[in-house]
Amino acid sequence: MGYPHKSHPRETPLLTRYFGEEEARTLDGWKKRGGYQALEKALVMTPAEIVDIVKESGLRGRGGAGFPTGMKWSFMKPGDGKPHYLCCNADESEPGTFKDREVMRWTPHALVEGCAIGAYAIGAETTYIYIRGEFTEPLIWMDRAIREAYDAGILGANAMGTGKRIEMYVHKGAGAYICGEETALMNSLEGQRGNPRIKPPFPAVSGVFGQPTTINNVETLAAVPEIIMKGAAWYKSMSLSNLKSTGTKLYSVCGNIRYPGTYEVEMGFPFGEFLHELCGGALDGRKLKAVIPGGASVPIQTMAEADATLMDYEGFVAQGSMLGSGGVIVIDDKQSMVRVIARLARFFAHESCAQCTQCREGTAWTTKILERIRDGQGTMEDLDTLLDLADLMTGTTICVLSDSCAVPVVSGIKKFRAEFEALIHGKRVHPVLSAVA
Amino acid sequence: MAERKMVSLTIEGRPVSVPEGTSILEAAKAVGILIPHYCYHPGLPVAGVCRMCLVEVEKAPKLAASCATLVADGQVVRVHTERALEARKGVLEFLLINHPLDCPICDQSGECELQDYTYQEGRADSRYRDPKRFNPVEDFGGDVLYVPNRCILCTRCVRFMDDVAHDTVLNVSERGDRALIGKFEGKDLTHPWAGNVVDLCPVGALLSKDFLNKARAWELDRVASVCPSCTQGCNITIETRDSAVVRLKPRPNEDVNKFFMCDYGRMNYRWMNRTDRAESPLVRTEGALRGIDWDVGIHAAASLLRERRVFVVASPKLSNEALYLLSRLIEGSGGAGVFRVDTGDEAPLAGVEDLALRRDRAANVKGAELFGFERSESPLAKLGDGDVLVIADDDLDGIAADDLVRAAQVIVIGTTLPEAAKDAAVLLPITNVAEEEGTFTNLHGRVQRFMQAKPAPGLARPSWLVLGDLLGALGKQNGFYLPSDVFTRIAESHPAFSGLSYDSLGMRGLPVLDSDARTTTRMGEGLGMGQEATR
Repeated sequence: MGYPHKSHPRETPLLTRYFGEEEARTLDGWKKRGGYQALEKALVMTPAEIVDIVKESGLRGRGGAGFPTGMKWSFMKPGDGKPHYLCCNADESEPGTFKDREVMRWTPHALVEGCAIGAYAIGAETTYIYIRGEFTEPLIWMDRAIREAYDAGILGANAMGTGKRIEMYVHKGAGAYICGEETALMNSLEGQRGNPRIKPPFPAVSGVFGQPTTINNVETLAAVPEIIMKGAAWYKSMSLSNLKSTGTKLYSVCGNIRYPGTYEVEMGFPFGEFLHELCGGALDGRKLKAVIPGGASVPIQTMAEADATLMDYEGFVAQGSMLGSGGVIVIDDKQSMVRVIARLARFFAHESCAQCTQCREGTAWTTKILERIRDGQGTMEDLDTLLDLADLMTGTTICVLSDSCAVPVVSGIKKFRAEFEALIHGKRVHPVLSAVA
Repeated sequence: MAERKMVSLTIEGRPVSVPEGTSILEAAKAVGILIPHYCYHPGLPVAGVCRMCLVEVEKAPKLAASCATLVADGQVVRVHTERALEARKGVLEFLLINHPLDCPICDQSGECELQDYTYQEGRADSRYRDPKRFNPVEDFGGDVLYVPNRCILCTRCVRFMDDVAHDTVLNVSERGDRALIGKFEGKDLTHPWAGNVVDLCPVGALLSKDFLNKARAWELDRVASVCPSCTQGCNITIETRDSAVVRLKPRPNEDVNKFFMCDYGRMNYRWMNRTDRAESPLVRTEGALRGIDWDVGIHAAASLLRERRVFVVASPKLSNEALYLLSRLIEGSGGAGVFRVDTGDEAPLAGVEDLALRRDRAANVKGAELFGFERSESPLAKLGDGDVLVIADDDLDGIAADDLVRAAQVIVIGTTLPEAAKDAAVLLPITNVAEEEGTFTNLHGRVQRFMQAKPAPGLARPSWLVLGDLLGALGKQNGFYLPSDVFTRIAESHPAFSGLSYDSLGMRGLPVLDSDARTTTRMGEGLGMGQEATR
């Protein structure tokens, strides 16, 4: 839905249903909307039953990787004598992505409830909601919601009177993209520098404070209560294309589009219709040129690819990209692709944690070359160098930030090579650039 | 300790069998394949950040960082495939884009891993056309200088300070290509073991102020030795240029000092280059000390020693060989031997079990005790009237010439002629630890060999040779032509040393079977240097 908060008839509002309703932010308002019934229901089930329902529902990680949530939960072994932890990854820093922010701003109790159910399912007594440093407003709402839940006895040593212990804390990051990487998040949470850790060991074996840990995205956890209430089959039925992708997905749409905002559609929704109908298409007198459909680190799609895409995990891959975080960045014909890609590369160069050589040096070098081309100082050899660097930066580092930087470069040069060559050969001066000059 | 399961794999076509939990990098080392690496160091926790040690593991989709990947049964590892070489070449190119390439003025040049691997498998040119990052040189305190432009952010120094020295001084500051090694506010590299970061640095980013611009690495001669500065007995390399000691570096020994040595020992080498040395045998004739041939000097000393009570003040910095021969001088004369030791504060290296700069600041205190010398703060207290006093390399600091008058004769066997002994009858000049070879016994009774690093000054002779000749002149024993001859005799005659031989000591040493160790097993477990400590 764009602003003001009104869903398009073709949307399937589950998580976004109460966006814009002030009252839904409070415990009373949330309860009035059926809140915490799912938690009540879940707490009388066994953890294994909950994991099975989530497994059956086909819910997959909404943070970007799309790992099946139920399976992730099943890696945790409740009762192994170790403290378990649930981490909610609310460090939403992927450029173009702001869906989790909206969930936390409008329905903080949905996340609290989802976290509580998740924590119970994996045998964790403690949940940390790691929230991005820049998210001051969501932090206020999350803090308030958790306080309300504690005061109402929903959280705490005797959660909802069941004798089960569910503790929940919000941890504010200091504002670093890399802290959204799950192992860097854990380091940051422990008070260390937010550097990704080498895997294995995986978090389910040795995570926060060296204990078994599960890390889930905000949207993933917020979707859980409704699955518990309405069942796996109901959730699974929301799939328009591929049975491996079920439920609804939030998309934060921004860039050169008429109605930017957070949209929620069923898996498999046609991307063309989504962009042109729901989001209102291009601004007057302009034409859409490219889409980055899943946040800055997924390959850029041409409009032809975008129009042919069915919006689910497999659909985006089939059309040369990835679902990613659902941060849709729309680029129209007034924009220089080189400029866009150079800006993205600069972001990754700025955010590299500096551990791995390829990433520390590669992201910065890539940025320098791209900005040189952008400024009309590039050479054709630079394009080869860029692709070569991208190759060296892919699959060779601890985490995937380096790969993420390479992705828009490779897809951009592959799909919009003419724009690069035009700048190199100086045949065309870009309208925006010439205005700045 | 439970036996670890063995894992068999193939590296570059060679079958390897190593204990479970070994990294691919270490397994490759075991069959003589050195996988290039920067951040990995066997004495530090694995970081896996330089990405230089990427190798191809069959069936794995990505290249594996061999330092952080454990061996698995049936694994097939390839180190020199095109894919792995390309990836490593890429790392080298990335490392060099911001590197100043100032090898001609860099202290590390010639012993630089960045140079080595770039020559080995790097690109001949660079595609980098932009300005390089620049950061000014920073004084890290202690003996350490940081040149950030040369830094490759391997974080060995940070990990050493955090995980081995347990003194959080260094960090990685900033992110991205702006990153550099930083120092926490108000902290300096003043930890007594901080100098090791210079050795650990694989490039020329951390430099020793002491060694700065002193020599090029290829001008140095290197000799294996043992640190003479305390009873720990850290294995070291003495590096000399033009026959002067310019630097001491730790030499790895799992059982003693791992990969490290303390700053005290590292900096305590200038005395090895003293120029005010005794260079010729001197014998007092007509009231003055005069230079004389060795044979005459030896016989002059022997004639003084004969039929007398012999009292020896020995230095605990002397080798086992010298101390043994000195004990033979005393033997049968009714005399005694004493030694004194300089002491200081003990400074342990927190992250390594049983490694410290010890209180006793001399290498062979244990040896002196084993050969029957008595430790004493006032060494001349038991000097009897009419004794022949042998000053064996004690500098007589704090002792006046008057204190020596009780002795009938004074013989100095030393590297210098102490002021207090200027009335000595005979001076036999000997070489110091850097100029001779021999063995030391460390505080746990580990016997370790040291080698000769530089020539003797003037006519000075090795202590074992001088004392051996003296014994021969006294008719006590002949036939010491090599230090190993003396050691063989020690092993035969001293139960504590039984079973040891010069050859079996190798360059890593072996523990003696002394009273501490006798109750437990032979190989040092009871000495706190056993397998637990070596991991």
